[in-house]
Amino acid sequence: MAPSDAKTADYKSQEASAEAPARARRQTEGGLAPIIPDTCNLGIVLRTLVPLNVLGILIAFASTAGPIEAANRFLSMAVMLEPVVLGSLLLLCPLRRLANGLPIRWQWATVLGVPGLLAIGAAIVVQRFAEPDLAMDEIAWWVGSRGLVAAAAAWAFVGYFRLRARAFSPSFSEARLQALQARIRPHFLFNSLNAVLGLMRSDPRRAETTLENLADLFRVFMRDARELVPLDDEIVTCKEYLAIEQLRLGERLQVVWQLDQMPGDALLPGLLLQPLIENAVHHGIEPSSETGTIEIVVSRPGERVRVEIVNPLAPTPPVRPGNQMALSNVRERLMLLYDMEAELKTGVDNGRFRVLLEFPYRKERRRRDVRRYFDPDR
Amino acid sequence: MSDATSILIVDDEAPARARLREVLADLSPEFPHRIVGEAANAPEALAQIESQRPQIVLMDVQMPGMTGIELARHISARAGEGDQDDPKPMPLVIFVTAFDEFAVEAFEVNALDYLLKPVRAQRLLGALKRAQTLLPAEHLEAIDQLVKATNTRRRHLSVHERGRVILVPLEQVLYLKAELKYITVRTREREFLIEESLTSLEEEFKDRFVRIHRNALVARPSIAGFERVTPTGEGEAGDPYWQVVLREVPEKLPVSRRQWSIVKGLVS
Repeated sequence: MAPSDAKTADYKSQEASAEAPARARRQTEGGLAPIIPDTCNLGIVLRTLVPLNVLGILIAFASTAGPIEAANRFLSMAVMLEPVVLGSLLLLCPLRRLANGLPIRWQWATVLGVPGLLAIGAAIVVQRFAEPDLAMDEIAWWVGSRGLVAAAAAWAFVGYFRLRARAFSPSFSEARLQALQARIRPHFLFNSLNAVLGLMRSDPRRAETTLENLADLFRVFMRDARELVPLDDEIVTCKEYLAIEQLRLGERLQVVWQLDQMPGDALLPGLLLQPLIENAVHHGIEPSSETGTIEIVVSRPGERVRVEIVNPLAPTPPVRPGNQMALSNVRERLMLLYDMEAELKTGVDNGRFRVLLEFPYRKERRRRDVRRYFDPDR
Repeated sequence: MSDATSILIVDDEAPARARLREVLADLSPEFPHRIVGEAANAPEALAQIESQRPQIVLMDVQMPGMTGIELARHISARAGEGDQDDPKPMPLVIFVTAFDEFAVEAFEVNALDYLLKPVRAQRLLGALKRAQTLLPAEHLEAIDQLVKATNTRRRHLSVHERGRVILVPLEQVLYLKAELKYITVRTREREFLIEESLTSLEEEFKDRFVRIHRNALVARPSIAGFERVTPTGEGEAGDPYWQVVLREVPEKLPVSRRQWSIVKGLVS
């Protein structure tokens, strides 16, 4: 059985190499990366302690009239500052291991809560000695404000560390590109090839068309993900993709297009819509043996482009677990390119899953076949 | 029956079935066989296995509603049941998969064979020949291992009724009650009969069902409460016992004294 063994070995090496981009994706996917920095790390400790103390000294100098007074002011600040900062770093170090597996909001609660609560605790103690005769509401203000300041500072630091991690992660954009390419689901490739082989003898013409579609599709998959394409082209890609799925799924897949209001010259990042349609097939059509309809409506309300993709909700979960990446991937790319100007909404409506995508209408100015990189000032 | 091996093809995609048919046709000089049917989903496959009794099933792993592995579990659950002179069919299953790290890992640790799509003729031939050498008992065990390795649980019970196969979703089952050689499966609307062992059902679905009596398993969510009953029949009045009051259906099920100590933990 030599040929079969060789094939198995081949398969394994494929599998191993398919894993690497997946790992890279997990690391770079901002939303999924753990929030709490590694506070046992010396770099993180110094990057927290030094700026805070420098800031304290500067404030002390700026708010006093002489060096002695400034030193005293700084010392009185340090009484609060050092225990809270060191205590937070110390506590977050083990807590991080526990919290980083939890949902994002719990991670945020931990990383903001620990300094906040420590500051409140320290403030209660310090207040006893420093300002023993405050009234009750003044104590509340004294203590509460310090807790809030500590939490806000923690928020700023976490934000800084996250940005830093992103900027320094090895070849950020390359990993991103690889992640996108990993999106070409191996399942899709092998099932499509199998379907073509199934047609080869009975319907060679259709097999030809399918291979042509597959070739086009892979050309698009391998293109630079930052490239902008006209909406017309993206729709062609989507249609080629759906033609292949149609072959496999037969009557189960029905597609209704509404493109009469579509601004075909609008520019958008390549492969923005195809993953959403793939998602609709994957979650709405594949898991069910019934016929299902996917509706795709593209319109242009004012100076915006609106795309709506609706698919049925299948009674059972997908045949194989998806990578849950399509929506967050598209959302993130929209964020990177359009920031607040784009919008991606999802919801369930009448037993159907609806994705609504809106982004600014920008036309290409030169010849249609010249594709350019995105220039936000254009 | 001729000596040609009977084969059933199960795949939800028509071109994939066509491909297997063609490759099998190419192999017919080396491997005499007849294709006794094709099925596009789990109920069709189960009905065809019952009526056509194929010796080998070529089964896609990724199918809507039910994976091939779960389907294999349904087949193996029925094997060994039935009459001595009319045993339930236990075909040998060869899995076909496009690309599924998880399942492939599971296949590699046991005796079951699997094919990767696109399927090659020589590879298929090897699998068919090897399948014939495997004993049914080994095959059953291999399926069990696969089910365990992939953590597959049946989400339905398959009921064979007048040549049809009905898949009853597990969450609709209120209780399972053994009577003579059958097990009654009770849903809100009606009862079904299946031929499986209560013990293995208890083992497989222990998360959902609790044994209340030698002959009965009750779904935890359908327990509404317990009632104490004192038998008042003529003759000797028996000891008082407890019975389960169910949601949605009027009948009540007695709890045996032995099980009460376990079951009463559910009261609180």
